Amino acid sequence: MTRLSNAFSKPHPALVCFITAGDGDTAANLDALVEGGADVIELGMPFTDPMADGPAIQNANLRSLGAGTTTADVLRIARKFRERHPNVPLVLMGYANPMIRHGPEWFASAAKEAGVDGVICVDIPPEEDDALGPDLRAAGIAPIRLATPTTDAKRLPQVLEGSDGFLYYVSVAGITGKQQAAQTSIEDAVAKLKAATDLPIAVGFGVRTPEQAGAIAKVADGVVVGSALVELVGEHGSDAPEKLRKLTASLAKAVHSAAKGPRKEDMA
Amino acid sequence: MASNPNTYKNQPDERGHFGDYGGRYVAETLMPLVLDLEREYRAAQADPAFHAEFDDLLEHYVGRPSPLYFAERLTEALGGAQVWFKRDELNHTGAHKINNCIGQILLAMRMGKTRIIAETGAGQHGVATATVCARFGLPCVIYMGAEDVRRQSPNVFRMKLLGAEVVPVTSGRGTLKDAMNEGLRDWVANVHDTFYIIGTAAGPHPYPELVRDFQSVIGKEARAQMQDRIGRLPDLLVAAIGGGSNALGLFHPFLDDPDVKMLGVEAAGHGLDGDEHAASLLGGFPGVLHGNKTYLLQDEDGQITEGHSISAGLDYPGIGPEHAWLKDTGRVEYTAITDEEALEAFQLLCRTEGIIPALEPSHAIAAVAKRAKEMPKDSVILANLCGRGDKDIFTVAERLGVEM
Ligand SMILES: Cc1ncc(COP(=O)(O)O)c(C=O)c1O
Repeated sequence: MTRLSNAFSKPHPALVCFITAGDGDTAANLDALVEGGADVIELGMPFTDPMADGPAIQNANLRSLGAGTTTADVLRIARKFRERHPNVPLVLMGYANPMIRHGPEWFASAAKEAGVDGVICVDIPPEEDDALGPDLRAAGIAPIRLATPTTDAKRLPQVLEGSDGFLYYVSVAGITGKQQAAQTSIEDAVAKLKAATDLPIAVGFGVRTPEQAGAIAKVADGVVVGSALVELVGEHGSDAPEKLRKLTASLAKAVHSAAKGPRKEDMA
Repeated sequence: MASNPNTYKNQPDERGHFGDYGGRYVAETLMPLVLDLEREYRAAQADPAFHAEFDDLLEHYVGRPSPLYFAERLTEALGGAQVWFKRDELNHTGAHKINNCIGQILLAMRMGKTRIIAETGAGQHGVATATVCARFGLPCVIYMGAEDVRRQSPNVFRMKLLGAEVVPVTSGRGTLKDAMNEGLRDWVANVHDTFYIIGTAAGPHPYPELVRDFQSVIGKEARAQMQDRIGRLPDLLVAAIGGGSNALGLFHPFLDDPDVKMLGVEAAGHGLDGDEHAASLLGGFPGVLHGNKTYLLQDEDGQITEGHSISAGLDYPGIGPEHAWLKDTGRVEYTAITDEEALEAFQLLCRTEGIIPALEPSHAIAAVAKRAKEMPKDSVILANLCGRGDKDIFTVAERLGVEM
């Protein structure tokens, strides 16, 4: 069992929390997410050109880079997190260029050494897997792919091939932030994904409140919350950990109390 | 790599790669769209009706073929090689950009798309896009960096007159790359009805290929015109490079003519020794941005750095992937010209030929001036005069200390 598969084998759905590395006191903020009940941490690698992100996460990227955050800093934050939390899965999420700047093999081994469990690279689709995927797999890091409302049944197998850890379902065709998907469209999409894979399905983009998170957790294996947390970091500075702990706790309560959605093998 | 090692014209491969460069580095949401676009482009390529409509619009709406012009007084002033210009600044809307916009809007309509978006730097691509949208009655949103909105206010007004909505982009430093990010964000949120008309030979496959193909009308015409006028091909082709579309348009039809040398001219801004330039090939490293792998201005951590050039159309921190490949193969030589040198060349062309060039081709003219002097009088340089300078007179006046 890996840390990621453990997190998705708990008796309840998983809460996945995203914040951007180097934005505020990241160590304190990450600890607050874990204390609040996050099951998986997604740590954003800041990038100058976050094309898939809305204003909240764009601003977090700018704050982080403005504070001088480097890739070495991000990896240091990950390594220290791993020392403090040996069992909580940690996933790096970001864009291709910072990940491949010194070669994919360098990044994969540095991430492994820092205790990273998975990597989500927004702008490496299956077609360009060679740019990073083989090195991640060789290092024992899960390449986590995204499926979206535009990923049709014909394309889905290609997305699933070589995916590992979990499948991240992007519930809206759009950028991160406030736009929300209708619950029924999420239910339909997750049902189709589950029929096609045994990987856990985590749903994200536009999830902000415990009510939404709880509703999604009824059908999915995980719920990802990002912008709402990142906004708290931006607004509250050194008071952010307390605010993060509270929001995470209410999200965790809603997600963890939802009945676990059916798995492919249960439906067969 | 190439199945026929004797040609430079068989790129990209079926996955959109030019050697190591190019590709489709986009978010999953966009991937099905770029695959659709490729399918539709292949169908259009095989459809004589598509070519007929494209050619007809280029002739009667854009005003092609553009003239091939011998710059006699400039040649005399330089005292070396004969200098010829491909006059794409005489196109409708004043630059080469419209060649590509005609091709892409025809594709958009084939695909049943009803809304057009585009990014623009100098505003030339924005104006060309707004123009074809007006011509075909499609709504159009243009993303333009807030800094460029200020630098290129005449073009902003032209776009508005043409019915486009111009959205100033304030993220980043408010220039072309930030406008492109915003275009991609719009596209990803409006995939069902929107077509993104990319303005240069960059972006995810098939954009670099199709933009090059639409712009290749420049080189095809020039090749025939040269044969016709002097009975031979030029010794050297010269073109300015922002993302690289006018340069590829000129170069591509000549790539397999071994005696024709080629020089791409990047913007050196305040000089290549500092950070204030936009020379991705000469001062950058390979990386991934805006859907393709190519040379980029970036730091040690892969963060993209902002380009600088006096010319808003050249200060993009990337470059089309085919140029990255042509550089590595050695087929095309690349150089860079500073703001100061471009300003001098701008004035030189005004006074010797009675042509006010855009600041972008002024970089090419400056490079021509240097090379012509070193070449014998019977040699021939052909440069792409890819845009006219009306849009730039305010910038130039400011730099020359003239109040208007
Ligand atoms: C007149 C002109 N030339 C050149 C360029 C640079 O683009 P490209 O390198 O794609 O030709 C621009 C871009 O706006 C332009 O307006």
